[in-house]
Amino acid sequence: MAQTALNPKAPTPALDWKKWIGVTPFFLFAILFLVLPSMRLIVGSFTNSDGQFTFANIFQLFQEQAILDAYWLSIRISAATAIGGGIFGFLLAYSVTVGGLPKPLRSALITFSGVASNFAGVPLAFAFIATLGRTGFVTALIKNLFGVNLYQQTDFDLYSFWGLSLTYMYFQFPLMVLIMAPALDGLKREWREAAENLGASTGQYWLRVAFPVLLPSILGSMILLFGNAFGAYATAYALTGGRLGIITIQIGAQIRGDVLHNPGLGYAMAMGMVVVMTISLIGYSWLQKKSERWLR
Amino acid sequence: MSIFARIRRIPFWSWFWFILGALYFLLPLYATVNFSLRMERDVIGFKAYVRAFEDPEFLETFLYSNFLALMTIVASIILIVPTAYWIRLRLPEARRIVEFITLLPFVVPAIILVFGLIRIYSSPFKIPLTDITILQPLTTFEVGTDILIVAGYMVLGLPYMYRSVDTGMRTVDVRTLTEAAQSLGASWFTIITRVILPNIRAALLSGALLTFAIVVGEVTLASFLGVPAFGPYLFLLGQHRAYEPAALSFASFLLTWAAMGLIQLFTGDQQVSGAH
Repeated sequence: MAQTALNPKAPTPALDWKKWIGVTPFFLFAILFLVLPSMRLIVGSFTNSDGQFTFANIFQLFQEQAILDAYWLSIRISAATAIGGGIFGFLLAYSVTVGGLPKPLRSALITFSGVASNFAGVPLAFAFIATLGRTGFVTALIKNLFGVNLYQQTDFDLYSFWGLSLTYMYFQFPLMVLIMAPALDGLKREWREAAENLGASTGQYWLRVAFPVLLPSILGSMILLFGNAFGAYATAYALTGGRLGIITIQIGAQIRGDVLHNPGLGYAMAMGMVVVMTISLIGYSWLQKKSERWLR
Repeated sequence: MSIFARIRRIPFWSWFWFILGALYFLLPLYATVNFSLRMERDVIGFKAYVRAFEDPEFLETFLYSNFLALMTIVASIILIVPTAYWIRLRLPEARRIVEFITLLPFVVPAIILVFGLIRIYSSPFKIPLTDITILQPLTTFEVGTDILIVAGYMVLGLPYMYRSVDTGMRTVDVRTLTEAAQSLGASWFTIITRVILPNIRAALLSGALLTFAIVVGEVTLASFLGVPAFGPYLFLLGQHRAYEPAALSFASFLLTWAAMGLIQLFTGDQQVSGAH
């Protein structure tokens, strides 16, 4: 592989070269099924219909109102569920770690979170239709208890922004629980004791000690949740049947048939998603490094 | 202790959030089960389940998805175990780049991956600058599509599988085991299959079950590559039926539950999501 030639640490280049053979299958796989497909989209977004290099697709991406709306809707849903799921997940993780709940509840919550964070797609969509759809269980419950018909007396609609957000929450906050529970365990008892010895109240301890230590971890996890929702396709498609135009649904329509009438623009739309995902992953790993300073 | 002190010791807000979380978890499940049992008017019964499981197409697609999951797991193990082993033993300088690659699937969501895969593999492979075709487009024949979708699933499962295997290898002393096996005259193949694999079986199992949970109900890759898998079947069933999809949704939940429960059983009270 080319990397060995550039490796300054290699003492005996001839022998060193052979060591890389062991990882060739992995790199070959990654190139064939991960790098090449991604490159195809990147190259495609800089190519016009005659096969020549162009920036036109990128410019058009920012001019097409429908595409901008799709990105914006995806960003809003992802941000809402990341912040909402992040706060709720944090409070749940807090309640079973340092919040003083009995131990068995902790393992129950962690197991359930493991299941729920992996329970997405079509079954999740159907479960929410049975819960909050027009004839859903909770819809009927609210009607019977409070006399409010969600679909006639309020703006609520499961197949809209809030409906999809509530559905995404089902896998968002459990993921937050899974990440935050170990982080909360990492809070050292000595910090609390030291704070109390210096006369700090519980509120002061949380505000001045625990929260600043946890903040990078909380923010990093929220970014992770953002990416988690931003890339989701199946749940939204099964729930709304493609009616709610989030960016993944638009890309799906573009794959099925060139609905934009410009393949290059379709590639650019896909590449835009990769850019957003990359930025969030970089943000996540940066914050993760910061949090490791204290919580290890 | 006075009654007030006793009440004060009950962590009210912790209970409040916990119960709220439990409701969020359980209400959709309860609603799904409740709905799935009401196929016949005024009767609580399992008719929807019987109907759903009786459909021959259910069995076909479900078995096919299990087949895909099994292929993905086996191929992932064959690809990842020797790679992680080699990096640990001989090539620590490759760690960073390999770990970077295993993170890429987080940046390339399933919908983008399938977009790229279709665009690359729906045209024939030619020797560059000539018209000689080496390989027909993978998307045009069944085995080709199977290879493509298994490869796609391997990519989706890569972060979880690699992390499981790597963590598993960290806990056993790979170097000493290898030296011991070598001094007894074992070949590389024997070392990996009879020494390394058995020692990381808990990690392999958790990676495999997580991959299983991802693959069995997967919709995005399956529907765009047009394979007769369980995910697209359930989706289509939902378009023209009401009760059977609810029954199958609850069954999928139980399946996910079983997979996650098994992971927990084998790895203890650890987190069961690779996203960390």
